[in-house]
Amino acid sequence: MTDSHSHSPEDSVAEGPLVRGAEALVLALIEEGVDLLFGYPGGAIMPVYDALHGHRNRLRHVLVRHEQGAVHAAQGYARASGRVGVCIATSGPGATNLVTGIADAQIDSTPIVCITGQVPSSLLGTDAFQETDVVNVTAPLTKWNVQVTRAEDIAPAVARAFFIARSGRPGPVLIDLTKDAQGALVAFRHTPCTRIRAYVPRPRVSEPALDAAAQLLAGASKPFFVVGQGVVLSGAERALLAVAERTGAPVASTLLGLSAFPTSHPQYVGMVGMHGRYGANIKTNECDVLVAIGMRFDDRVTSDLSRYARQARVIHVEIDAAEIGKNVKPEVALHGDARDVLTALLPRLAERRYPAWIAEFHACDAIEHEKVVARELEPEGPELRMGEVVHAISRKTGGQAVVVSDVGQHQMAAARYSAFEAPRSSVTSGGLGTMGFALPAAIGAKLACPERTVVAIIGDGGFQMTMQELGTAMQSGAAVKIVILNNSFLGMVRQWQELYYESRYSETEMQNPDFVRIAGAYGIEAQRVDTREALGTGLDAMLAHPGPYLLEVVVEREGNVFPMVPSASSVSDVRLEA
Amino acid sequence: MVFYDPGHEVASEHTLSVFTENRVGLLGRVTATFTRRCLNIESLTVSDSEVPGVHRFTIVVRVSAAQARKVAAQLERQVDVLKAFVHGEGDVLVRDLALYKLDGRHAGAALDAVVAAHGARVLEQSEAMIVLEQTGTETQTTALFHALAPFGIAEFVRSGRVALTRPMRPLESFLAELEAASGHGD
Repeated sequence: MTDSHSHSPEDSVAEGPLVRGAEALVLALIEEGVDLLFGYPGGAIMPVYDALHGHRNRLRHVLVRHEQGAVHAAQGYARASGRVGVCIATSGPGATNLVTGIADAQIDSTPIVCITGQVPSSLLGTDAFQETDVVNVTAPLTKWNVQVTRAEDIAPAVARAFFIARSGRPGPVLIDLTKDAQGALVAFRHTPCTRIRAYVPRPRVSEPALDAAAQLLAGASKPFFVVGQGVVLSGAERALLAVAERTGAPVASTLLGLSAFPTSHPQYVGMVGMHGRYGANIKTNECDVLVAIGMRFDDRVTSDLSRYARQARVIHVEIDAAEIGKNVKPEVALHGDARDVLTALLPRLAERRYPAWIAEFHACDAIEHEKVVARELEPEGPELRMGEVVHAISRKTGGQAVVVSDVGQHQMAAARYSAFEAPRSSVTSGGLGTMGFALPAAIGAKLACPERTVVAIIGDGGFQMTMQELGTAMQSGAAVKIVILNNSFLGMVRQWQELYYESRYSETEMQNPDFVRIAGAYGIEAQRVDTREALGTGLDAMLAHPGPYLLEVVVEREGNVFPMVPSASSVSDVRLEA
Repeated sequence: MVFYDPGHEVASEHTLSVFTENRVGLLGRVTATFTRRCLNIESLTVSDSEVPGVHRFTIVVRVSAAQARKVAAQLERQVDVLKAFVHGEGDVLVRDLALYKLDGRHAGAALDAVVAAHGARVLEQSEAMIVLEQTGTETQTTALFHALAPFGIAEFVRSGRVALTRPMRPLESFLAELEAASGHGD
């Protein structure tokens, strides 16, 4: 048994054209199937940029306006397409500007490869100009990272990086390349990495556990599926559909699991979690068998763990062994890839139907509709509500668009009021909650999937965190549709201040610029709407426009997102109003 | 549903044996797995193992049993970690090495008696100093420290813990299991 990923220089110098390390990097990226990457040049990465120039017909580089934009664009690319996203930055500040996106990709399991330049190896540790110990900085935030100081190690590092990023539970990987390694000559040869001794990316699924799960489901009277992004990451959408339809169980989704199961499906009962659907939260504490697929029982899903689904017998389908029993101890652990597990489970399952149980969810929906949804979608006042804007976007795109959301109230509105009828249609920053994520992620998603409509739904606060990426949209021509839901507040924080800090609005009110003129300065078509009548025509103009478009929608200043599970409460305590 | 709340479990001493590939940066990843949970590592030793190229971390930490299991699982999540074991007290044979330096003028029957009673040995002796060595559990090396205190200890150092498991289970068999656990390639 050996590590098939060879690291010995003897192997890599055999045959192959003699090239500089920088060229070897670019060739290795092409070998791994990369045709698009996002980045920003600088001193320590200049040899790579020189090599990119020579291959620009095969490998397109999109110049961002800040390295955070590059990493979020790579994330959006990966999330929308299922391929590995790639970003590149120079040493020092270039590398540290990637850190937020790397942390985001780690917690949301997004496969990206980040490449950073580094000072020459002779200067390592000397506090040289633009030197940062980025390998140590990113160690806790990456699935794997490595510093490469020799040209012959570049191609093997790239092979290993792509294998690790996309396999198992995906995640971010970083390669730090010293400038001397980029400049040294090497005989280029690329061998894909297919296995690593210590690493089991796709565990064999336990047959007894499959039988036990099938048996639990066979005896269930109130089964409940909660599906997460693991379904999307393993491409298990069809397998999930088959299993769900066989069992007849209601299916809910986590925030990251949105679009894993079609919103319009009669068994779909909505999103769980802090601002999830009333029924999906209440019934979590009434089901008898909880089937969790590719999700990690995040605290925004469970709220108070000691009062979460305690009556339920839990089946946990999960590829990451460290997640099994981390927060909720399952009765049956199905350690494995969601598609493998669901495919193997299907023939063991009997046809079942639970009309009375599903009707209980519908009864909850009726209550939620009266207290929350109707007020959001058919408000009495003249001011626009976030929900009705999202709902209008969703109707006009037939639930087929890729909806990229930022973080805050508008994100919850986007999750709750969008229909997701096609897989990989929701891209959002879930675990890290990174404001500023949406605009660059939408650019990445659009460039990955040019045939799809990509709508970025962003708050006025988050937009201003990365709005310089309008320049990237302009220069790359990425035809993203940007909808700013402008309430002139940091809305979610303001909501909490209203509910828990006696309406002391500490530093949450925003004086905003003229977003239409900002877009205009970049040559991006834009308009502002603030009435219900103008919303429809504004959205039509945005969707009909061939290029990037910004629609600023002025919404109610102090609208709140409900339902809401107050923090430290039980999911049973989900509230429909303040 | 069985639910457990680690906050309510009592912390006790756990020894972890973590087998890894020999790669730069792994030490930081291993220790960060503890520190991010605000766990203080009591002792850490890194050495070779009986399998060429495989490193062995011996880590002592005061945690609940549930926390120890979760940390071990998170350690195994690292790409280059082969296996992480949590040992209960009975399963494991542990030793520390301690060195004690005393002024040379304390040589004599009284000191010899303490050395003999504690199973220590004289590592080096000159007119200026005596260096004693003891191998044992932390309790044993601490006991000798207290016994020598009246003489005046000029310098004391204790190594991290090393630990071997009592059951006969070669590491290779775990490596073979890892191999078998892989259902498919990518």
